[in-house]
Order: sequence, then C-alpha cells, then structure tokens
Amino acid sequence: MATLSIEGVTKRFGATQVLHGIDLAVADGEMIVIVGASGCGKSTLLRIVAGLEAATSGRVLIGGRDVTALEPAARDVAMVFQNYALYPHMSVFDNMAYGLRIRGLPREEIARRVREVAEMLEIGQLLSRKPRQLSGGQRQRVAMGRAIVRNPKLFLFDEPLSNLDAKLRVTMRAEIKRLQRQLGVTSLFVTHDQVEAMTLGDRLVVMHEGRAVQVATPMEVWSRPADVYVAGFIGSPSMNFLPAQAAGGGRAVHLPAHGLTLPLPEDVRLPLPDGQAVTLGIRPEHLRPGEGGLALRVELIEPLGGEAVVHGRLADGAGLVVRLRSDALPGDGLLRVVLPPEALHLFDAATGRRLAA
Amino acid sequence: MSAPAPASFLFRGRLLPLALLAPQLAVTLIFFYWPAVQALYQSFLREDAFGLSRHFVGLENFADVLTDPTWLQALWRTILFSTAVAGLALTVALFLAVQADKHIRGAATYKTLLIWPYAVAPAVAAVLWLFMFHPHIGLFGRMLNGLGIAWDYKLRGDQAMLLVIIASAWKQVSYNFIFFLAGLQSIPRSVLEAAAIDGARPMRRFWTVVFPLLSPTAFFLLVVNLTYAFFDTFGVIHAITQGGPGKATETLIYRAYTDGVMNLNLGTSAAQSVILMVMVIVLTMAQFRFIERKVHY
Repeated sequence: MATLSIEGVTKRFGATQVLHGIDLAVADGEMIVIVGASGCGKSTLLRIVAGLEAATSGRVLIGGRDVTALEPAARDVAMVFQNYALYPHMSVFDNMAYGLRIRGLPREEIARRVREVAEMLEIGQLLSRKPRQLSGGQRQRVAMGRAIVRNPKLFLFDEPLSNLDAKLRVTMRAEIKRLQRQLGVTSLFVTHDQVEAMTLGDRLVVMHEGRAVQVATPMEVWSRPADVYVAGFIGSPSMNFLPAQAAGGGRAVHLPAHGLTLPLPEDVRLPLPDGQAVTLGIRPEHLRPGEGGLALRVELIEPLGGEAVVHGRLADGAGLVVRLRSDALPGDGLLRVVLPPEALHLFDAATGRRLAA
Repeated sequence: MSAPAPASFLFRGRLLPLALLAPQLAVTLIFFYWPAVQALYQSFLREDAFGLSRHFVGLENFADVLTDPTWLQALWRTILFSTAVAGLALTVALFLAVQADKHIRGAATYKTLLIWPYAVAPAVAAVLWLFMFHPHIGLFGRMLNGLGIAWDYKLRGDQAMLLVIIASAWKQVSYNFIFFLAGLQSIPRSVLEAAAIDGARPMRRFWTVVFPLLSPTAFFLLVVNLTYAFFDTFGVIHAITQGGPGKATETLIYRAYTDGVMNLNLGTSAAQSVILMVMVIVLTMAQFRFIERKVHY
C-alpha cells in the first residue's frame, strides 16, 4: 500500500506525442479510474507506471520513492491484463505462486498464501488446472489472484473486464470494487467504459488526446463536466448540445434557431457579453415533457422497460435525445420538452471549456 | 454432424478427381514407393557382384547386418553424429532467434541473411567448409596449423567428425531459426510483461516462460534435425571425407551407399536401407504422436 504521484509525464513515439504532461496524485488506498476513448493514451500512462514503457520526460513516484528509472520487477506493482496474460504452461497454483517463488518465499508460506487468496476468489478447486481448461471468468479470477497474492504496493488494471460477457462483467466489476475496498491497495484502473468508470472509481481521470481533461469524483464529472468532450463522453445516452448565445446581461441564454430565451438559475452569471456564442448542454434525462420549450419530431423510440430513449429532430434539423418514463411517451409523433434551468450546462463555444454554470 | 465428404459436392464421377491426382500419385509411386518396395525385395535376396544370379535367403541379410560389429560401430557413430548435429543446430538457432526477436536495428536484414544457408545444397555447403578448413589451402586450416594445432581432418578421425558435424549443423541452423523465431513471436507479449512485473529478470523469464512455451517447437525440430542428420547429410560427408579417414565418419546412410554402390553388395545394402526406413518411420510416428498431444495453448 502506498501513494502514487505522476509528475509531468510525457510520452512520444517518434514524431507522435501521445501524452502531453500528465500530473496525478493518488492517495493511499484510493481507486483511480482512467477513462477515455481508444488512443487517448490511457494504456500508455498505465504502462509507464508499471515500467513497461519509459516516459519521455516526467517522474513516477510510488510511496514517495522515485521509480522512474526502475525495471518493472523492482517497482513492486501487480498488473491485471486485458487478455489476462496467464502463463499457459503453468497450473493455476503455479501461475499465482510464480511471483512469490521469485521473491524466494518459503514453500509453506507460498502454499498458504496462494490457498488463502484462491479461497477469497472462490477458485480453490481450480488450483491444479491449466489456464486453457478455464472459462473467461475463471481466468479473470486467476489473473486477479496472481496480483493479490503478491500483496503489492499498487494494483494496475488494464481493461480487465472487456473480454467478458455483459453479465459477468457486472459481477466482476462489483467484485473488484469489493476486493479493492477490503484489501485497501492503491489502484489504477484503465477502461473505455464509462459505466465501469463511474461505478468503480473513487476519482476519475478523463483523458482526451493525451491530456487529463478532468480529475474529479464520478458525480462531479457527471454533474460539472470540465468541457464539452467530458460532457459528451460521460453519461448515456450522451448529453445534447445546442448552439446558443449569452443574453440578459449573463443571466439568460438565447437559442436563436428556436426563438427561445431561457433564464439561468439565480446564482449564475455568465462572464460574457450578450450575443457571445456559447454551447448549451443538457442531458437526455433532464429534459421534461411540457409546454413552452422545444418542439421535437420523434424519429425513433428505444424502449428500455421502465424508461425509453426518444430520438428526434428539432425545427432546425438538429438531433435531440430525450430519456422519458415509459408512461410519458408521446402518441402523435410530436413531443414538446422543457429545459429546466438548473440542469443546463454552458460551455464556451470557442474553447469548449465549462462556463460558470 | 456426419456430412458427406466434400469431394462428392465438387465432382460427379470418380474419373476426374483421379485424373487430377494422377501426376502427384505417379511421382509418389514411381520415385518413392517403387524403390522402397525394390529395396524391401532386394533385402531378402543374395546376388553376385555381376548381377548374373540371385537367390532367396530369407532374413539372412538382416542377421548379417545386425551382427556385424562394424555396422554396430557405424550405428553408434551415427547416434553420436546425429545428436551432435541436432544439438548444435538447435542451440545456435535458438540463440540467434532470441537475438533476432529483440528490437534491434536492421532486424529484417539480419533475419533474411540467416535464412540463406538453407538454400545452399549440402554438397556445396560441404565444399565451402572444406575450403575453409583444408589443412593446406584452407584459411582456417592454415591458421590452426600456424597456431601450433595439428589440424588435418584427412588424417585425424576426431577432427574429420568435428568438421562434418559443423558443416551439417550449419546448414540446418537456418531452418531451425525460422521455426524458433515464429515460435517466439507467437508468445503473447503480455505474458512476458506479466512475468517482468512478477519480478522475473530476463534470464529467468527465458527459462521459466519462453523456453517451456517453445518446447513443442523444439521437440518438432529435434525430430526433424535427427532425421536430417541420419539421412540427409550424405552429401556433406561424401564431399568432405567420403566416410574417412578409416571409417571415422562413416554413418549408416554412408555405409549403405558404400556397401551397395562401391562394393556391389546389394542384398546387405538393401537390408541396411530397410532398417533405416524403419527408423525414419518410427521417428516420424513419434513426431506426429507428440505434436498432437504436447501443445500448451
């Protein structure tokens, strides 16, 4: 168990810069989820922490010790890989014991620790099997066990759930969270799945094109996204974006395409002159049916059971997605929705950064 | 599911498929089975040196061969020779493949160059080594003598053996190299990374992870190399030592040739060939049996 500090880490592959200076301080026992689309540099960052890639510049400190120049073997971290990376020729027991044997632990202690962790993960009856005789979920557990048994300073997870089927993924997700809490080991978890990110992380690092665009708790990322990218990435279905202008001395926004002016909550004042372009964002679940808002021509309804996702078009042809209770579904193909002021997100149209709202 | 043979979907009669197979079947029958059957037939006969008379002797030829102390010496020599060739060719190839698998500058060129020797005919390869190690005209032969080492493979049996072993192994290194390199590249990178994170240093990673995962490849190559050393090194031995000096480099295959072609002792030579045939069948069966079972993935 230890803290982790990443200080100004950059990475360049030839002419391509994949990480532009990442800074992150992880507290002891904290679970950090690094989330982003593929190619955003999240796996590279994890591999730099593991020591599998060398950073072009910057430092990595584990428990206050600078490990930037150390081999993976000397960092005392454990990693769970996407394809599990079990040793195919070794039994489950040997897979888990491998790291302990290298450390030269006594035979009885190795056996005791492997058994203990195997019981914890409910794979005690599989110890003599080879990886090829296991199901995907069982392999996943063995990979976890191999990491846990080492009792490392840091757990690194590289998309460990993405090869599992949907149902198993939910089970394993809960289990990883439970184990991480129970063991209290500082963890970095990389994923492209926002649901995994929201449910697992104490804090999220949202990455985009080699930069950490927001580092915050899952709820804060959801309720106060730092920019348009984060706003669109986190939340399902994605947030709706509409072009708008500052109005009313910064106390309202005007949607010119719909001739609609929306007042902002009392405590909000846009630091922009009237008429300045802004991007208005609103989550599909925050739109409510009602008069006086936007008129939507319904194109597609996706029923989810208790709720439904309605895809439609506004008068100017822009798409809009609304998430409604099933009993509030429109009948005649036309839906009027209102935009509650407290649910609006406002972004600078030029930079995409969040404005005070 | 018991689907009918795919052929019945493609062809209506039996004539066309047979006609299409005929050239390959003809080659196999005429050039492989016919001589093999001839050898089997010959091995039961005794024939005079001029081919004027022959008579059936049953298993007498085999009994003669198997009780001949010089043949048994040749058998022992062949085992020694083959083990040395296979061992040398496998070790060198594995070492080179591990080096080529690393990310090094000019890896592609390096790999291509290492594959070339396989295209060299055994006799040509032998002549190459002969010119290098000839005691009077060879560069290395003269150098060794200059260093005070009495090098003359034409006089010393152990040196002759060493030279044919090296020349034979050299040719086989390329073949092994390709297979080892392919085997190395099929090991998932993440497995090696997992081992590195688990604390294993490069040497330990090699012996505990890489080598065990290569073992099916290594076993396959071992059988191929033994077969090669047993049967395909005739050209090398013929060009460098002709089995000499004395009988120091006379392997079983070379002896079958000497007895049959030089001494015209057709019956015994045929019996030796049949024994060799049985050996190659056993080796091949071992290989197939093992390959089916011993796969890790």
